[in-house]
Amino acid sequence: MRIKLTLQNYLFILPALIIFSIFYIYPFYKVFQLGLYEWDGISPVKLFVGLANFKEIIFEDKIWWRSMLNAAYITFIALTFQNTLAFCLALACDREIRLRNFYRTIFFIPPVLSEVVVGLVWQWILDGNYGILNSWLIKLGFPHLVRNWLSDPRTALNCVAIVHSWKGFGWGFLIFLAGLQTIPRELYEAAKVDGADAWQMFRNITIPLMIPVMMLVAILTVLGTMQAFVLIIAMTGGGPAYHTEVPVLRILASMRGSSRFGYACAQGISFGIILVIISFIQYRFSQKARQIY
Amino acid sequence: MFRKFKIINILLILSLGILSCDREQEVKQPPKVVTVWHWMTDRKDAFAELAQQYEKKTGIKVNFELYAPSDAYTQKVRAAAQGDTLPDIFGILGEMRDFASFIKAGYVEDLTEEMNKDNGRWRNYFFKKALEVNEFTLDNIYGVRPGIYGVPIDIMTIQMLYNKRFFRELGLDPEQPPQDFDEFINIGKRIKERGLQGMVSGWAELWMIDCLANNFAFNIMGKDKVIKTIKGEIPYTDPDWIKVLTLFKRMQDEGLLYNGIVTFINKTAEQLFANEKAVFAFNGSWCVNVYKGMNPNLDYGVMLPPKVSDNYPRSIWGGAGSSFMVNAKSNVKKEAIEFLKWLTEKEQQIFLSKTTFNLPANKDSVIDIHPRLAEFADDIEITTHPRLWGISEFPRVIEAFDKGIQSIIIGEKTPQEVAEEVQEIKERELNKKKLSRSKLVGE
Amino acid sequence: MNSFFYYNAKKVILNIIIHIFLLSIAATCLFPLIWMIGSSLKTQQTVFRDFSLIPKEMHWENYYLAWKQGGFGRYFLNTIFYTVSVVLGIVFVSSLAAYAFSRFEFVGKNLIFYMFMAAMMIPIPGSFVPLYVLLNKLHLRNTPLGYILCMINVGLSTSIFLLKTFFDKTPRELEDAARIDGCSKLGLWWHVALPLAKPVLAVVVVFNTLNVWNEYVLALIIFDSRQLMPLQVALTTFQGEFITQYPLLMAGLTITAIPVILIYILMQKYIIKGVTQGAIVE
Repeated sequence: MRIKLTLQNYLFILPALIIFSIFYIYPFYKVFQLGLYEWDGISPVKLFVGLANFKEIIFEDKIWWRSMLNAAYITFIALTFQNTLAFCLALACDREIRLRNFYRTIFFIPPVLSEVVVGLVWQWILDGNYGILNSWLIKLGFPHLVRNWLSDPRTALNCVAIVHSWKGFGWGFLIFLAGLQTIPRELYEAAKVDGADAWQMFRNITIPLMIPVMMLVAILTVLGTMQAFVLIIAMTGGGPAYHTEVPVLRILASMRGSSRFGYACAQGISFGIILVIISFIQYRFSQKARQIY
Repeated sequence: MFRKFKIINILLILSLGILSCDREQEVKQPPKVVTVWHWMTDRKDAFAELAQQYEKKTGIKVNFELYAPSDAYTQKVRAAAQGDTLPDIFGILGEMRDFASFIKAGYVEDLTEEMNKDNGRWRNYFFKKALEVNEFTLDNIYGVRPGIYGVPIDIMTIQMLYNKRFFRELGLDPEQPPQDFDEFINIGKRIKERGLQGMVSGWAELWMIDCLANNFAFNIMGKDKVIKTIKGEIPYTDPDWIKVLTLFKRMQDEGLLYNGIVTFINKTAEQLFANEKAVFAFNGSWCVNVYKGMNPNLDYGVMLPPKVSDNYPRSIWGGAGSSFMVNAKSNVKKEAIEFLKWLTEKEQQIFLSKTTFNLPANKDSVIDIHPRLAEFADDIEITTHPRLWGISEFPRVIEAFDKGIQSIIIGEKTPQEVAEEVQEIKERELNKKKLSRSKLVGE
Repeated sequence: MNSFFYYNAKKVILNIIIHIFLLSIAATCLFPLIWMIGSSLKTQQTVFRDFSLIPKEMHWENYYLAWKQGGFGRYFLNTIFYTVSVVLGIVFVSSLAAYAFSRFEFVGKNLIFYMFMAAMMIPIPGSFVPLYVLLNKLHLRNTPLGYILCMINVGLSTSIFLLKTFFDKTPRELEDAARIDGCSKLGLWWHVALPLAKPVLAVVVVFNTLNVWNEYVLALIIFDSRQLMPLQVALTTFQGEFITQYPLLMAGLTITAIPVILIYILMQKYIIKGVTQGAIVE
């Protein structure tokens, strides 16, 4: 009986496990293997180099680490700015407010838009010569702030981070909204009867119940942002110099630009391991946070 | 409960299965079909038209399959090489090194014999420069058996362009573009005074920076010294190289570079020049078609990058634009070669060049083309290309060099600093190569 | 009475502030959309010359041209087929797995779950080569099934993660009641857990729809036959190596964006309704 029950349980995850094993684990294993070789991606001969690729990534590839720092910075902006924005908007749209259907639809437009459009529009806004932002700054009396936002090393990364956050907040918004909707309304009504004010309700009902969702969004944000690159290509191409270079661009550069396929695989694997560690810490943190509340 | 889902599941799988079977039957083709993979979106219709003509003429069906953008195409060709599913004719995008790998892996047919048949009849179709890009010479460092391995279908050159209307506005003679660097710099002063923008180019794409830097390097130190640098015999900290880097600083300081040039992809740059936002542009011959589409009234001329020194002749990048290779394992190899011969004949080349505004690879077909395009074609004899040098610089070094120029332009680093950094990376890569060589020998 | 007015005034002011905030964000979201549609009605010559959002001359024919030149008809059907299959597949497979991870105890549960999570995080950029060789061996290359299975795999981990988080959140009392009524595990999943998870299922649907809808690199690598290609491939027609036909591209992008927005609007209903109404077992 017990065996039958256990088997039944496994049956639930079986389809996922099969697809996963064939289409993820096998290629993953192969890629990991390739990471141990010096290979150009074409020739039938692969030179086994052991962990040399990994060693090179960790100890020699300064640009790789710089790109990691850039990605971490963008992620930090996304975690704070993007998610706060998403949460506030979700809170606002969770209320009985006019036009809320309109807002709900509009806020999801940036994620739907193609990176090509987003890149072109923001390039136009941030352009140093004919940009909308600069002309507004002049009109509003801040001519000293005028600059070429995307090719100025001081602002390039910030601009990319903000545009990325703008493009991505729709996801957080959506998930937060779904989360807020699952909070039973009775809880608020009961609290109201007990004389709680809005802040108290927010502090004692909304926040604790939303903690798992916040952690979910945080993890998804980290993943989505660390792996972003299409928008960056469209906006700066990783430049100026290395100021907006991110890990995925480095991996692509190794793969296509310098035909070091094995090295690219090793980069991908080490990148993934770092992400796993970060997310695992986040996950543990979320478990802790849940216990506190 | 379970049954219900099983049924849905089975239905789903069945329907997918039926669909996929269906497809496989469609894909199975009768013999004598030549399949071509390419990435040239703008030539899709022209190729289809030519394929039709060819089928009418010979009864052999040619299937042109387009996979764009070129990044995805490159990945597809490489994956197909691993799966041994390359088509009869395909193009290889990438550097000489990659091309060599494909040849050494046995994916590419050696066309030397075909080219040389009948006193080199086929060979003589082409501009010498166009063929050279597909040729491995006797002493190439890649270890490829000498020979010609690809068929060029068009050529290109990369030069500078100037807006004639702005030239008049600046009080310059629109028929007399600047010849040397000082003249060029002087124009920068006028551009600044007028509040115009100087030269625009897609310098977020590193190879375009590399291209201009190489033009200058060839002019300052000559080809031999550039090659020696690549071989590691001359450091990048050599005064001549610093001079090359300094030119970029000067151009920036004198207002000759478009504000923001380092983060433009080339398409953005093209759009700006087409809409008369910049006085100069640095671009390839394909731009004629782009500008024509965006601004037919754009009045511009083509010029060589300004001369920096009298020591060595000027040279620009150019040669074969796109080439096709024949799959050595194809079972319609003969038909594929015959088709490529036909495709590079005079008439077909004229048709291609007229419909797609590319310079033909067949030297007899450069007639009656767009006047700007003709200006580009005029300088084909002084072209060079890294693919012709018989040696490749380490990708890391190229990247450091080009990114370094970006840093110079944004005022972050001095030419001296960049040169030192590049040299440091160069030495590291050289050491690594030595190490791996000794390892190989040890094995 | 006074305090009533005071209370109301405060509320009105608060509402105004909220609306100003929401509207300003909405404006930044709408701007690119309007720009895209505006550009799609311009010509190649005016697209970067005439900066007005609403062009003076409307070139509606761009939509017709884009549709025809891109060969949208066929690709549209393909993409709809891929999207429906993949999304259904993911919803089915991932909700089963997520339910098990959330509710059952079995050996290796945590290990397997962490494995899925790790998969979500480790991008394997070079994986297209082994994947290609694998599909070739399985005779799934150049078949819709191969592509669909790959795409199901792409969305699987994230969907499981999303669903598990929400399953963990939903109260178990309803399930307990149903279990007493003699409902099987599968029945519980279908009749109780899934209806309760509607908001997050809607998120999963939107997330994966967008993923499949915008995918083309994998499709280009797996498919040889143009007949099988998805919608995004049509858009690459307008982005040549050298020339981008901006108005046609924008028209094409507008056409491709509409169905996704519609699906989102459709799914919103489920996100908003939420648990309070969904709790009644349907």
